[in-house]
Amino acid sequence: MNIDYSKEAPVVAGRLSLAEIEELVAKPLDTKPDRKYFIALSIAVSALMIGAISLGLSFYWGLGLWGNNQPIGWAFDIVNFVFWVGIGHAGTLISAILFLLRQKWRTGIARFAEAMTIFAVICAGLFPAIHTGRPWLDGYLLPYPNQHSLWVNFTSPLLWDVFAVSTYFTVSLVFWYIGLIPDFATLRDRTNSKIKKTIYSIFSLGWRHSSRHWQHYEKAYMLLAGFATPLVLSVHTIVSFDFAVSILPGWHTTIFPPYFVAGAIFSGFAMVVTVLVFVRKVFNLENIITMDHLDKMNKVILATGMMVGYAYGMEFFIAWYSGVQAEQFVFVNRAFGPYAWAYWIMVSCNVIFPQLFWFRKFRRSIPVMMVIVILVNVGMWFERFVITVTSLHRDFLPSSWGYYVPTLYDFGLLIGSFGLFFTLVILFTKTLPVVSISEVKAVAEGAQPSHHGGVVNA
Amino acid sequence: MHNNKLYGIAAIFDNPDKIIAAAKKTVEAGYSKFDVNTPYPVHGMEKAMKLKPSKLGFITLVFGLTGSFLALFFMYWTMSLDYPMIIGGKPFFALPAFIPVTFEVTVLLATLATVIGMITFFFKFPENHHPLHDTNYMKQVSIDKFGLVIESVDKNFEIEKVKDFLNSLNPISIEEIYYKEKETYSVLEPRFLTFLFAIALVTSGSTYFILNKLLYMTPFNWMSEQLKLNPQKPSELFADGFGMRNPVKGTVARGFMPYLAKGQNNPTELLENPYLITEENIKLGKSKYLTFCSPCHGNYGDGDSRLRGQFPNPPSLHSQRARDFKDGMIYHVIVNGQNSMPSYAPYLNVEERWAVVNYIRVLQRAKNASDSDIQFVKKENLNNASN
Ligand code: HEC
Repeated sequence: MNIDYSKEAPVVAGRLSLAEIEELVAKPLDTKPDRKYFIALSIAVSALMIGAISLGLSFYWGLGLWGNNQPIGWAFDIVNFVFWVGIGHAGTLISAILFLLRQKWRTGIARFAEAMTIFAVICAGLFPAIHTGRPWLDGYLLPYPNQHSLWVNFTSPLLWDVFAVSTYFTVSLVFWYIGLIPDFATLRDRTNSKIKKTIYSIFSLGWRHSSRHWQHYEKAYMLLAGFATPLVLSVHTIVSFDFAVSILPGWHTTIFPPYFVAGAIFSGFAMVVTVLVFVRKVFNLENIITMDHLDKMNKVILATGMMVGYAYGMEFFIAWYSGVQAEQFVFVNRAFGPYAWAYWIMVSCNVIFPQLFWFRKFRRSIPVMMVIVILVNVGMWFERFVITVTSLHRDFLPSSWGYYVPTLYDFGLLIGSFGLFFTLVILFTKTLPVVSISEVKAVAEGAQPSHHGGVVNA
Repeated sequence: MHNNKLYGIAAIFDNPDKIIAAAKKTVEAGYSKFDVNTPYPVHGMEKAMKLKPSKLGFITLVFGLTGSFLALFFMYWTMSLDYPMIIGGKPFFALPAFIPVTFEVTVLLATLATVIGMITFFFKFPENHHPLHDTNYMKQVSIDKFGLVIESVDKNFEIEKVKDFLNSLNPISIEEIYYKEKETYSVLEPRFLTFLFAIALVTSGSTYFILNKLLYMTPFNWMSEQLKLNPQKPSELFADGFGMRNPVKGTVARGFMPYLAKGQNNPTELLENPYLITEENIKLGKSKYLTFCSPCHGNYGDGDSRLRGQFPNPPSLHSQRARDFKDGMIYHVIVNGQNSMPSYAPYLNVEERWAVVNYIRVLQRAKNASDSDIQFVKKENLNNASN
C-alpha cells in the first residue's frame, strides 16, 4: 500500500461537514435508548449489585470475610486499586500528553478516554477506602485539627497516595468539565426540550463561543495539560512507592516507578480500545473514531507492552546481579513457585500476545485487536496480583509462609468494580457527548483558515 | 420589541477565512467593542482581533507557588514543631519525603485557581442572561457559522454606518440584537432562598445524624463494643459484677499503705488530710481527677457523665452532703468505693488521692464562691496586672 507521508492524513474521515459532525455526536443524546442499551445497562448494574452486596456484607461482618490474612495482608483490595488507577492513566495521557505533543488525532478519543479516567479512579478510590476496614472513619486520612492533636504521617507513601489519587481525580474532573463547557453550549442551542435546555444552560455557564473567551480557554487548556502531564506520571509513581518504599524483597526496587507508569499506560490503552471498539460501532462513529485511531493506540500498546516486558526481565537480572539471596529467592519463587501459574499468565498476556501488533493487518483487525486487548487487561490485573501476593506469601521464616486463596466476597467486589465502571460508562454514552464536538470541528477539513490567511474565498 | 435596548449588530459568515478578514477590517475601522463568535477556536483570531496575550498564567503561577509553600510549611509545622515524632528513622524535617505531597498540593491549587479564576474573573460566568443567548445568531454560531457582533456601547457606534460597514464585508446575514432592561436579583428569589435553606437543613441534619446517631448503631459500633471487658463495664463472670478487677486480696503495692477502714460504709474514724493545698498539689489533683474521675463525675463534678448511659450517673459533688464531707470521707470513697462506684485505690497512690480530694475542694469552693472569694480574686488579678 502506498502512503504519502508528506501529507497529514485527515483526522476526521469521510469529509463530514461541521453540522454533520455535531449531528453524529449529539444523536445518542436526542434519541431514546433502545433495547440493546437496556440489556447492556442491566448486565452492568447486576454486576454492580453483586459488588454492593459483597460490600454490604463486608461492612457488616468485617474484613474477615476476605481471603487476606497473615502473611498476605494485601490482596485483591490492593490489586484492584492498582489495576483501576492504572486504567485511569490512559485518559490523561491522551488528553494531556498528546495535546502537548500536538497530536491532532487525539481529539476523537480524548473525551471518552477522560471519562474513563474519572470512572476508573472512582473504582480505584473505592478499594483503599474499604481496605481500611472501617471506611466511615476514612476522614482520619485527612490532616485536620482534631481533639487528639494528632496529624497524619506525611512521610508515609500511603498518605502520599491519598493526596495523589484525590488530586488526580479532582484535576481530571476539572479538565473534563472544562472540555465539556463549549459542548454544553452547543447542546443548549440545539435542543428543543425545556428541561434539557435548563440543565445544559446551567452546565454551560452561559458560554457564548466568544473569541475573547476562546483565547483564555485555550490558554487554560494548555496550562491544565501542562499540569496533568507530570501529575499523571506522579500518580502511578506514588502508587508504586506504596511497594517500593517498603523493604520487602520483590517490592523494594528502584525500577518500580517507570515500570508502573508504563504498565498503567499499557493497561489503560487496552481498556480504552476495548470500550471504543463497541462505542464507535454502536453509535456509528466510525468516521470520527477511525481505524487510524485504533491503529495508533495499538502501536502504543505494543510499545508500552515491551517496556513492561523489559521491566520483567530487568527485575530478574537485578535479583541475580545484586547477589541478595532473599531477592533471588523471591524471583525464582515467583516464576516457579506456587504462584507460577499467575506469573505465566501475566507474561504471556502482557509480553507475548501483544507482539502480534507488529503486523499492520492485526493492528487493523477488530476481532484480533479485541482478543489481544482483553488479554492485556487480564495480564495487567495478574501483574498486580503477582507483585502484591507473591512477594508476601513467602515471609522470612518458613513457619510464616502461606498461600492466599480469594473468597467469594473478593470476587464479588472485583465484579462489582467492573459493574460500577461499565454502569458509569454506559450512562455516560447517553447523557454527554462522547466525542468533543468543538475539538473535532476544529480539526475537520477546511475548519481552519487557509495559510495565506484571511483572503476571502481563498 | 423596540422599547427594548439595542445590544449590537451581528453579521454571520460562512467560512473561517472570511471571519478572519472581517475581524481584521473591524479593527482597522476603529471599532473596539466587538466580539467574534465561532463554534471552535479559529487559528489566528487573536492576531486578527489584536487581542493582548492572556494573563491567565499569572494566576496559575501565584497559586501554584502558594500551594507549594503552604504544603511544605504545613508539613514542617506538623511534623517538626507541633507533634514531632521519629518515624522510620527519618529526620523531623524529611524534605525528600515531603516532596510528593508538596507536588500534589501545588498542582491541585494551581489547576483549581486557574479554572475558577478563568470562569469567574476572566469570563464573568455564570451568565445565562446575556443578550446574545437564544438569538438566531447564537444558534448559528453554535453549529457551523462564524459571527461578528459590534456592540452599541462602542464609541463609534451609529446604526446605519455599522450596518453599511458590515454589509461591505459581505456576510450571509445581518441581525439586530435587542435586550430587555430589567433589574432582577436572582439571588433574592424566594425559590433560591428556599433552596439554600433546604440545603442548610439537609447538611446540618445529616451531619448531626451521622455523628451522634449513626456511628453508635450496628455495625459501626462493633469496634467499641467487643467481647472483651472494658473498665466501667459490668461482667457476669465475677461475683461483684464489676468488669474492672482489683488486685488479689492482701496485695500491697509499693507506697500503698493498707487502709484500715476498708469495707466500711460509714467509717467511724476518718483520716486527717496531711497535704497542704499548694499550687502543685492542686495541679496533680486536677490531672488525676480529669483522668480517673471526670468520665463519670464530669469535668467540674456536676455528675454529667460522658459514658452515655453505660454506667449509672453519679450524684453531683456540689450537693450539701458532699460539701459537708470531711476530707477524710472523700478519701474514703476513693479508696473504698461507694455502692456502685468502684474503688480507685489501685490507680492512685496516697499523695494522688489527697491531691484529688484537695482538687474536689477547689471545685466545690469555686462553684459556691462567696463575695469575699470574688473580692480576693479581683485583688489578685489587680496585683498581677500591676506587676
Ligand atoms: C465509674 C464511674 C465513676 C468514677 C470513674 C468515679 N466515680 Fe465517684 N461515684 C460514682 C457513682 C455512681 C457514685 C454514687 C454512688 C452511690 O450510689 O452512692 C459516686 C459517688 C462518689 C462520691 C460520693 C458522693 C455522694 O454524694 O455520696 C464521691 C465523693 C466520689 N464519687 C468521688 C469520686 C472520685 C474522687 C473519683 C476519682 C478518683 C470518682 N468518684 C470516680 C461513679 C464514679
